[in-house]
Amino acid sequence: MAEIVLDKVSKRYPDGALAVSDIDLTVGDGEFVILVGPSGCGKSTTLNMVAGLEDITTGELRIDGERMNERAPKDRDIAMVFQSYALYPHMSVRENMAFPLRLAKAPHEEVRRRVEEAARVLDLTEHLDRRPANLSGGQRQRVAMGRAIVREPKAFLMDEPLSNLDAKLRGQMRTSLSRLQKQLGTTTVYVTHDQTEAMTLGDRIVVLQAGHVQQIGSPQHLYDRPSNLFVAGFIGSPSMNFLTAVVEDGHLRTPLGEVPLTDRVRRHLEAADAPRELIVGLRPEHFEDAALVEEHVREEGRTFTATVDVLESLGSEKYAHFALETEGVRARQLQDLADVTGSADLATGGTAQLVTRLSATSGARENAELTVWFDPDRLVLFDPDSGTNLTYEG
Amino acid sequence: MPVETASPGRRRTWWTFVNVVVIVYALLPVLWIASLSFKTKETVTDGNLVPRDWTLSNYGDIFRTDEFVRALINSIGIALIATFIAVALATMAAYAVARLEFPGKRALVGVSLLIAMFPQISLVTPLFNIERELGLFDTWPGLILPYITFSLPLAIYTLSAFFREIPWELEKAAKMDGATPAQAFRRVIAPLAAPGVFTSAILVFIFCWNDFLFAISLTSSEASRTVPAALSFFTGSSQFEDPTGTISAAAVVITVPIVLFVLFFQRRIVAGLTSGAVKG
Repeated sequence: MAEIVLDKVSKRYPDGALAVSDIDLTVGDGEFVILVGPSGCGKSTTLNMVAGLEDITTGELRIDGERMNERAPKDRDIAMVFQSYALYPHMSVRENMAFPLRLAKAPHEEVRRRVEEAARVLDLTEHLDRRPANLSGGQRQRVAMGRAIVREPKAFLMDEPLSNLDAKLRGQMRTSLSRLQKQLGTTTVYVTHDQTEAMTLGDRIVVLQAGHVQQIGSPQHLYDRPSNLFVAGFIGSPSMNFLTAVVEDGHLRTPLGEVPLTDRVRRHLEAADAPRELIVGLRPEHFEDAALVEEHVREEGRTFTATVDVLESLGSEKYAHFALETEGVRARQLQDLADVTGSADLATGGTAQLVTRLSATSGARENAELTVWFDPDRLVLFDPDSGTNLTYEG
Repeated sequence: MPVETASPGRRRTWWTFVNVVVIVYALLPVLWIASLSFKTKETVTDGNLVPRDWTLSNYGDIFRTDEFVRALINSIGIALIATFIAVALATMAAYAVARLEFPGKRALVGVSLLIAMFPQISLVTPLFNIERELGLFDTWPGLILPYITFSLPLAIYTLSAFFREIPWELEKAAKMDGATPAQAFRRVIAPLAAPGVFTSAILVFIFCWNDFLFAISLTSSEASRTVPAALSFFTGSSQFEDPTGTISAAAVVITVPIVLFVLFFQRRIVAGLTSGAVKG
C-alpha cells in the first residue's frame, strides 16, 4: 500500500531527446491509474522510471513520502508485470512465482504457502510444476501476475500486460485483473495504448502525448470534458467527429447547419478570446436517426440530411458514415493524432467525414438520404491552433 | 525445356548418397589411423584397411614410455586450465559487449577480431624471445597464456551471440523481483547462457588441444610439451625402426578426449532453452 508521487519528473536521453517532460502525478493509496497514449508518448519510460529501470533526469519520485530517485529497483518494493511476461524459462511456474520470495529470504514454509495461495487465486494450481514454455498465452500472463502478487508489494506496475493476448481473452483478463486489484487494494500504475482498456480499468487516466501530460482525470471526465483535441480524438471509439465551424452573429455555422450559441459557451469563447474559425467536435453516439426521435425532443435539437456513404450494422446498433461536401479540418493536434494512430482520415484535409451511431431499429440504407438528429448542447468547440477545448474549463 | 521434378524417393536416395560420400571422406583417414595403430610392425605397410594381425602392443608401447604419459598430462592440464580461464573471461566480456554501452566497445570488438585474424606464425618468434626473458618458456603458463589470448576472440563472439538471444526483460524482471545485478546474472542470465558457455568451452578446448605451432615452439622438454608436439618426437627404439604404429596409437589416444568432451557437453546444449520466456 503506498502513495506514489511524481514531482516534475523528466527524462532526457543522452542524445538530447526528451522522452518525458515535467510529469506531475500523485497516485493515491490503492488507486488504479492508467498511463495511456500512442506508442512513443513516454508512458513506458515513465513506468520504468517509477520502477527504477531508468534514471530520472530531473524531478523527484516519492513513494510513501520517501525519495526514490537513487534507490535500486530491488529496494523500492514494487512488482512489475511486463508486456512479454518475462518468465524465467529455466524455472517451473512454482519457481518463477517463488523467485522474489526466495531472493527476499522468506522461510520455506511461507514461500510454499504464499505461492500456493497465489496459484489458487489465479487458477494455476495444476500448472505449478510445468515450465513456461508449456503454457498457453493466458496462463503465462497469469504466472506473470502471480510473480507480482506473491510478494505483496507496495505497488504494481504493469506494462501493457494484456496486449499479447487475443481479443476475447484480453476482455476476460481485463475483468479479472480489475477484480484482483480491487481485492488486493494495491496501488497500481498501468500502461496501455488501448483507450478501451484505459477507460474500463482505471480509476483515473493520464493521457500522454510526446512526453507531455495532456489531461488527468476519471474515464468519464476525460470522455465528457476532454481538455484538448488530442484527448477528444483519442478517447472514445469510434472517435469524435471534427468539423470546421465559424462564429457569426451569435451563431455557429457548421457543415451540419447553423447552431445557436448558448450564453455559457459564448462567455467561454469571449473569455478565451477565441478566433472566429473553430473546430467543432461531436461524438458519434450523440446522433440519432431523426425518425426515431420523439417530436418534442426533436424540437430541442437540430437535424441535417445527407446521403449515407457506408452503413455498418453491429446488431445492437448501426454506424452510418457520411462524406460531407466540405473540407476536412486541419489542426496540428489532429495531425499528431492521425500520425500516431495511423487513422489518416482524421486530418487528411480532404472532404470531411462524419460517423454517427444510430439505433438498431433505424431504417437507414446505404446511398439513401437520411435525416439525422443531434443535440447542439453536446457540441464541443476547440481552438484550431492550440487545440484547447473552449467549451469547458479544465 | 522440360523441368525434371525428382520424386521424394529419388531425392532421398540422392541425399543419402551425398551424406555417405561426405562421411566416408571425413572418416576414412580416421579409420586408417585407427587401423594402423592395431597393426603389428610387420604388417603396417601391407595396405589393408582391416589389420590381418591385431595387436595392442602399440598402445602398450606408448603408455610404457614416460614421454607420452607426461605429454598427455601436460595436454589435459594446459587445455583445461586455458579453457576454464578463457571461458570465464569471455563470459564477462561477451555480456558487456552484448548488453552494455560503454566507450570503446567498438574498439574492443575490433581488436579481438584483429587478434583472431592475426597469423600466429608471425608471433612465434617474438613470443619465444619474450617468454625466455620472462622465464615462461617451457612452462605451463607459457602455453596457457597464448592459448587464452587466441581463443578469447572466438569465445567472446560465440558467447555474445548467445547473450543477445536472452531477452533483456528477463534481467529487468529479476531486478524488479529483488535481485542484485550479481544475483540476476547468476540465477537468471548465466543458466540461460549455459548452452553458449558449453559450446564455446568445446571450441576453446579443441583449439588448445589440437595446437601444434605454439606447443612445438614454446616448449623444449617434458615439463610442458603437449601431445601434438610430443608425437613429432616419437622415434623407434633404433633408427631403423619405423614409429608409424606408435604414432598412430598416440593419435587415436588423443582423439578420444575430444570425442568424450563433445559428447559430455552436447547433452547440456539444449536447443531452445529460452523458449517460453517471452510470448513466443
